[in-house]
Order: sequence, then structure tokens, then C-alpha cells
Amino acid sequence: MTTASESLPPPSISTGPIAWVRERLFSSPLNTVLTVLSVWLILMALPPFIEWALIKSSFTAATSQECRAGGGACWAFIGQKYRLILFGLYPYEEQWRPLIAAILLVAMIVASCMPRFWNVSLPIIWVGGLIVVAILMWGGVFGLRYVENTLWGGLPLTLILATFGIAIAFPFGIVLALGRRSRMPAIKTLCIMYIELIRGVPLISMLFMSSVMLPLFLPEGFSIDKLLRAQIAIILFAAAYIAEVVRGGLQAIPKGQYEGADSLGLSYGQKMRLVILPQALKIVIPPLVNLFIAAFKDTSLVVIIGIYDLMQSAKVSLTDPAWRGFSIEVYIFISIIYFLFCYSMSKYSQNLEKRLATGHKR
Amino acid sequence: MAKGSVNGAQPAPPRRLSWNDPDVRSIVYQAVALILVVAIGWFLVSNTLHNLSIRNISTGFDFLSRESGFAIGESPIAFGPENTYARAILVGLLNTIRVAVVGIVLATILGTIVGIARLSKNWLIAKLSMIYVEVIRNIPLLLQLFFWYAIITESMPGPRQALNLLPGVFVSNRGVKVPAPTDHFAYDLAAFGFLLAIVLIIFVVRFARKRQDATGQAFPVYRTGIALLLGMPVLGWLIGGAPLELDVPKLQGFNFVGGATLTPEFAALLFGLVLYTAGFIAEVVRSGIQAVSYGQWEAASALGLTRSQTLRLIVLPQSLRVIIPPMTSQYLNLTKNSSLAVAIGYPDIVSVANTTLNQTGQAIEGIMIIMAVYLSISLSISLFMNWYNKHIALVER
Amino acid sequence: MAVPIIELQKVNKWYGEFHVLRNINLNVARGERIVVCGPSGSGKSTMIRCINRLEEHQQGHIIVDGTELTNDIKNIDAIRREVGMVFQHFNLFPHLTVLENLTLGPIWVLKKPKAEAEATAMKYLERVRIPEQAKKYPGQLSGGQQQRVAIARSLCMNPKIMLFDEPTSALDPEMVKEVLDVMVGLAEEGGMTMICVTHEMGFARKVANRVIFMDRGEIIEQNTPEEFFSNPQNERTQLFLSQILH
Repeated sequence: MTTASESLPPPSISTGPIAWVRERLFSSPLNTVLTVLSVWLILMALPPFIEWALIKSSFTAATSQECRAGGGACWAFIGQKYRLILFGLYPYEEQWRPLIAAILLVAMIVASCMPRFWNVSLPIIWVGGLIVVAILMWGGVFGLRYVENTLWGGLPLTLILATFGIAIAFPFGIVLALGRRSRMPAIKTLCIMYIELIRGVPLISMLFMSSVMLPLFLPEGFSIDKLLRAQIAIILFAAAYIAEVVRGGLQAIPKGQYEGADSLGLSYGQKMRLVILPQALKIVIPPLVNLFIAAFKDTSLVVIIGIYDLMQSAKVSLTDPAWRGFSIEVYIFISIIYFLFCYSMSKYSQNLEKRLATGHKR
Repeated sequence: MAKGSVNGAQPAPPRRLSWNDPDVRSIVYQAVALILVVAIGWFLVSNTLHNLSIRNISTGFDFLSRESGFAIGESPIAFGPENTYARAILVGLLNTIRVAVVGIVLATILGTIVGIARLSKNWLIAKLSMIYVEVIRNIPLLLQLFFWYAIITESMPGPRQALNLLPGVFVSNRGVKVPAPTDHFAYDLAAFGFLLAIVLIIFVVRFARKRQDATGQAFPVYRTGIALLLGMPVLGWLIGGAPLELDVPKLQGFNFVGGATLTPEFAALLFGLVLYTAGFIAEVVRSGIQAVSYGQWEAASALGLTRSQTLRLIVLPQSLRVIIPPMTSQYLNLTKNSSLAVAIGYPDIVSVANTTLNQTGQAIEGIMIIMAVYLSISLSISLFMNWYNKHIALVER
Repeated sequence: MAVPIIELQKVNKWYGEFHVLRNINLNVARGERIVVCGPSGSGKSTMIRCINRLEEHQQGHIIVDGTELTNDIKNIDAIRREVGMVFQHFNLFPHLTVLENLTLGPIWVLKKPKAEAEATAMKYLERVRIPEQAKKYPGQLSGGQQQRVAIARSLCMNPKIMLFDEPTSALDPEMVKEVLDVMVGLAEEGGMTMICVTHEMGFARKVANRVIFMDRGEIIEQNTPEEFFSNPQNERTQLFLSQILH
């Protein structure tokens, strides 16, 4: 009763491009309707957009009138204003400094994303990097001209607000998370109150608070500038969210790890530092990246209290009386910048999540 | 104590205050933390009081009963400069609730459709929804709001050249104009018919369940329900004399009169919030559906259940448990994000409170009002969530 | 042989480029009890999943109780009503009680009144010896109990054919017996057509009329249990048996 049949190739009807189209686009009447509908939608939206953005658009016009003549997008406006949009009011001839600072910040973020740097070198890179960024931005030493932080603006400022926000909020967040899981009722209550209070209100109310109430909180004669106040609000806000993410990581650590550490006679500090946190923090890296993306997007709210970040410099570029009415072009331009940053980070976090998930199963 | 000595064990040693006693440590830590918090609080409050007295600002909520002196662009209740600050803040609150409620309903519908579409077997639909979700989620909401606001106010023609999308619907840079029902008895009857239909549906559902329990025959609840929802209002309208007149917007001079208006601010805010939140809801819905294992589908089909029965009886009840908690937090986010209204000039609670605190100098009170409003919304939703989670948790060993 | 209740004629199936079922021919008589074995990845699960169309075959014919399986949804629903299936991972509905799991099919598919469906359900729960668990949720039961509930759930539909897809391989060793006992009881009652994918050779010897050995997507050998175990013909069968019987 032995039959030896060979492996046959599948019938052509189930593979190949035609089968693919049939399977993926026309497998049922409903699917056919959906396909036709989406093709119609694409045909309605895409050609006019391409015509506006690429065909009738102007890339080189020197004046506003010339730019409008084609009836399409005016990308020449971006060419005129990109320095203002990207760097704000920072002195024109010194703008290489924020450029290098921005590249440095991006490089630090990229480095933090690489597992090979997940050791002692990471904090060193960060402390060193942030000092260099501060020197570049402020200047005043090594023959660099001093630049007030009221003149900072654009993309470097957005990066600074988001990076410093998360980096400084991180240790606070860990402390809050440990406090929330503590057995001491007073500390636990304080931490819960802080976390829930902050998470219950919008970031805008925190920014308003820092811009109007913070000056009242300080002793007479003290004042802190607007930028720092916004940065404090972002840090206070981010800390509560980081705390919740870290708490999730702590809860995911099996009880056996705590018991194991206790049975070795480690103190609370040793137990957390050597056993629990290294494992918990690894789990929370993907949600932390997501928080960073959120912080990067949310810094745009500082526009509302008049800080000169990427969004605000874009809006200011629109006020030039010689070039009025190109807001759509500018918004698309900065949308692309935001998108490139956020999308690449979210792809990274998804990959990491997959990698960590498989690592756990083994 | 006696027990201890009977067993021959040593009586417990007398307690001494020792740094090695975990209880002592715990009390000391907590005391230090409390003292620290109280000290910081006292420092801030005393500074604040001192600063306020220098600037001659009195604390308290007395200003609420004063005349506001500013006008609000749109308001669900009558409001003018002669009304009080308290009423102004109420207007802001109502405006927040209005945009949040409409936004939540629309975002849920759109988000659910996109979330299901991402799992579609249709390659084109799945890819299109993926692009939508990725683009929307990776651009700041505020930028999107500015974008839509610019599209409406800059790229739309003036009222005289308004786009007439549907009969009676006009889109211009002054917002969207739609026909509104006139003040006629028949429309009240139609609204009553709608409410009656909802009550009737509850009865139909009960009746259908009883009949199925008793005879095994299923009753077409969905078709009956839809028929009732559509039929009853029409019936009410017919009984009222079937009036055909509507308050249609008409161009008069440089603007429209009549009809109902969506202002550019409300339209941009609603549009932005709905599109943005729908991107997040889509992901929630997708992961909720994927959380139900394929084996559940297989087991249901092996029993002979149809696809729609499987969806209704097996998949939905399970994925809802996964979906609802993150869904509520998206609703909360939408409500909090509606505070971005201030950037495009929609008079929500933040924007009104901000105007108030700029006019009166009552910064602390103004911010306290904003925070209290959002905190009470958040707390009530999370209380409901906790109750709901306990209610539906799967029973396991 | 009378008219077979299940007929597979030259069935072929591919997963993409992978040829998973190769030219399968199989007739199952009414009331026959078949055990299918073979190394993992040999296509045995895929074959029985084709019988109630959880998987689609691409070539050949599958005829169940006189109805050919095609894309016709009415036919598929009719066949699934006749064919019960027990899964490796039980696939009980975690949000319903044991009793609700059992009555779901009878109420919604067979349109039975609730009281009648519940009476039938209790009868089968007694038969699998766990009537006291009726009000519990699946998550509260042990693996063996869950699998017995799953068997009862299929029986409640009053099927003519029962398919078992490795019903004991996800169970802890001490629970295998309680599930096998239920299956043996079902077999000894007679009348039910059973196809069972399993490596429990003791079960095969005890109840099977025929043992089928599959490897790399084809049926290599089929015989009565006595002949199959004492005198395997093909060397692949011999190798397989030497690996699992020792």
C-alpha cells in the first residue's frame, strides 16, 4: 500500500499575480464593492493633490504674486523661510550651532535605541551630550557668542523640550512608581494623589499653571524665565505618565524575583537596583518610546503660552506681510518633519516590542 | 502571652527603638516625606500670599458674581457681556461638553470602521486604513487643528461663492450652514416618536428572549429595531401634518441668514479631534478583535454558528472586555485634548477661564476651576471603569 | 461496503507553495472508528479539518453524508451541524458558563427551547461525569475537565460524525485517562462515526476499526489495529512506530 507521490507545484489558479488580485481584492461581492470604492476615492483625491502639490506648484518664485500665479502650491515660500521655521530667531550667522545641537540630540536618541549602548556608557553619553548641547546653545565660552534662550527656537527647541522633559522626568517617574507600590500608606497616598492629579488634567492647564502661577509660588525677587517654566511643566507632567509605565513594568516582574532577591539577603535598595529595575525597565522601553513620541508631539502646545518651538516659528513665518496665505504649505512642511521623527520612533518601538516578546518566550 | 511560655518559648523580647526595625524605619520615612511635602506646600503658599498682597490681588471666588464684560462667540445658552463670570464659565463648560460628546460619538464610529478595515482581507482597504492610522497618529493634534482651521478659513470661498454641497448645505470660510427644522409641532412629535421607539425596542428585546427561551424560535430583533427607529419618527412627523418647510440658510448681503451653523472654530476642532482620536480608537479596536483567538472562531463554526452569530455571541462579548478600558482612556484623552480649542479660538472651558483670569488677575482661581472640571470628569470616568472592570472580569482559577 | 458517510477523492491542498495534502483518497463507513497517526506536520490535522471545512481543499472532492463540500455556505452549515469537532486546545468560550457553552449551539443553530437544550446539556454533562460543574466558567476547570466539557458540547448537537483533533496532547499526563475513558465510552456505545487524530496507541488498539498512518501529506498505510501494530508494511511506518512505542 505504498504510494510515492512527488510534491507537486500548486495549481496556477491559487498562485501568481492574478490569483493574488482575486484573493486580495475581489474574493467576495462585498470585497469587490470595497475595492471599487477605494479606487474611486483614490482617483478623486490623489490627482488633484498631485496637480496642486507638484504640477501647478512653484518651487522657485521670488515673490508672492509670482508664486500664486500657477494656482498650485507655493513651495518657494518654504525655500524663503526654512531657516526661520527650523531655527526661529536664533542669530542667523550662528545657526550652525543649533543645527549641530539638534543633530547631537538626534544622535543621542538613536544611540539610546541601540541595545549595545544599554550599559554604563549610556548615562555618560547623556550627561556629556547635554552639556555640549547647552554650551552650543548658550555659548559665552570658547569664543562662542552668548545667545539668550529667548532667542532659541524651531526644531532644536522642540527637541530640547522633549528630550530634557523625558530625561529629567525619568528618575522622578521611577521614584513615584516605587512609591505607589510601597507598603507605607502615607507615601503611597502621596504618590497616587500626584499621579492621578496630573493624569486627570490636560497638559495645557499645566502650562498655564507654570506660566501664571509659578511666578507667584517663588519668593519675592526670584524669577525664572518662560522657557524654563514650560520645561518644568513638561517634566512634572511627563513624570506622572512615566510612573504609570514603570509601575506596569514592576507588576510584570514575577513574585519569585522579589522572593529570590529577599532570600539572598539583599536590602530594599540593592534588590531594586540589582534585580527588579533592570528587568522592569527593559520591559517598559517600548511604552517609554511611545511616551517620548507623545512628548515630542505635545511640546507643540507650548505655542499657546508663546514659546518659540517648531510650531510657533512656523506660525510666525506666516505673518510676513510680503508672503501671506501660504499656511497650508507650511503646515504640510512641518507635518512632514514631525511625521518623520514620530513614525521612525514608533516603528522602532514596534520592532523592539516584537524582539522583547520573543526573548521572553524562550 | 501565656501560650508562649506554655510551649517553652521565650517571651517576645521587649521592643526597643532601633533603626534595624522595619516598622521604625517605615514610620520615620513616612514622617520625613510628610514633613517635606507640608514644608514645600507651606513655602509655596506663603510666597503666593505674600506675592498676591504685593500685587493687591484679593483671593477668593467673589469675582464669579461680577459682570464679565466680554462676549463669547458661540454659546448653547444666552450670554452677553452683562452676564456674570460664573455664567461665562458655565458656557465654557457646556461648549467643552458639546464638542466632547459629539466628538466621542463620531470618533467611535469612524475608529471602529477603520479598526475593522485594518483587518480586512481586502488588501487595498487594509493598506488605506493603515496609512490613515500611521499618518494621523504621528502628527501633533495641535498642528492638525491649525491645518483644518486654515483649510476652512483660508481655502474656502466667501459666503457669496459658498460651496453648495447638498441642497441647503453651504460651506464657506464662515463655517458650515445646514438647514434646521422649523419650530413646528410635527418635529416635536417626531422626536417623541424616536424616544418611543427606543422604549419599544427594549420591550421587543425582552419579548424576543422570552419567546426564544420558550419555543426556540429567534425573533428578527435587529430588523424590527431599525424599522422602529426609522418608522416612529416618520410616523410622528406624518401625524403632525407632514410639514415640508425647513429653515434653509439663504444668502443675504454678505452672509447667510437662517439655518443652523457650524462655526469654523467648532468645525475645525470637531474635525481634528474626531480624525485624531479615531486613529487611536482604530488601534484599540484592532487589538481587541485580535485578542480573541482564532480557535474561538473555529469552535463556533464547528458548532454550525453563522459568521454573524459568531461575531455577536462569541467574539464581541470577549473583545469588548479588552476594548473598553483603553477605549475609555481614549474618550478621556479626547475630552482633555478639546482644551486645545483655545489655540483656534473656540470658547471651551480653558479658553473662557483663561480670558477670565487675564481680565481679573485671579490666576489661581481660574486654574483651579479648569483643573477641578477636568479632574471631576476624569475621576468619574475612572470610577465607572473600575466598577465595570470588576463587573466583567473573566472568572478564572 | 455500503455508501460511505465520508468520501475523500484525490484531495490536494497547498499552503502557498507547500503541498500539505497529496492525493488523499479515503472512504469512511457509517459507524466506523478511525485513528489517524503520523509525525507532526504530516497533514493529519489538516485532513480532518477539511472534512468540516475549517480548511479549504483546492483539488478533489470531499463528500460528507451525501453532500459535497463546495463554496456553498448552506451546504457548509448543514454539514457542520452533522459533524462535531473536539480541538486540541478545547476552544471553550471563556465568557460563558459550562452550561451556556453546551446550550449555545442547540439554541441558536438547532432552534431548541432553552429548557429542552438545558436538559440535553445536563444529560451529556452526566455522561462525561461532571454535572456538578455546570454553573462554573471554563477558566475554573482543569484541562481534563475542560476537554470533557468540549466533548459534551459537540455531543449536544447530536452529530452523526465526531472529529477529534489531538484531544489529549495539550493535557497533563494524569488527565489523559479521564478524557480517553469518555471517548472509549462513546465508541463502545456504537453508532457514532469517529475520526480521531491521536498518538494514544492504546486507545487505537482498543476502539479503532482502522488505523491510518500519514506522512508528508499522504496516506502511507492503513490497516486494522492488529495488523498495523504487529506487521507494519512501510519502513516509514516502522520508523514512526519504533519512535513512539518503546
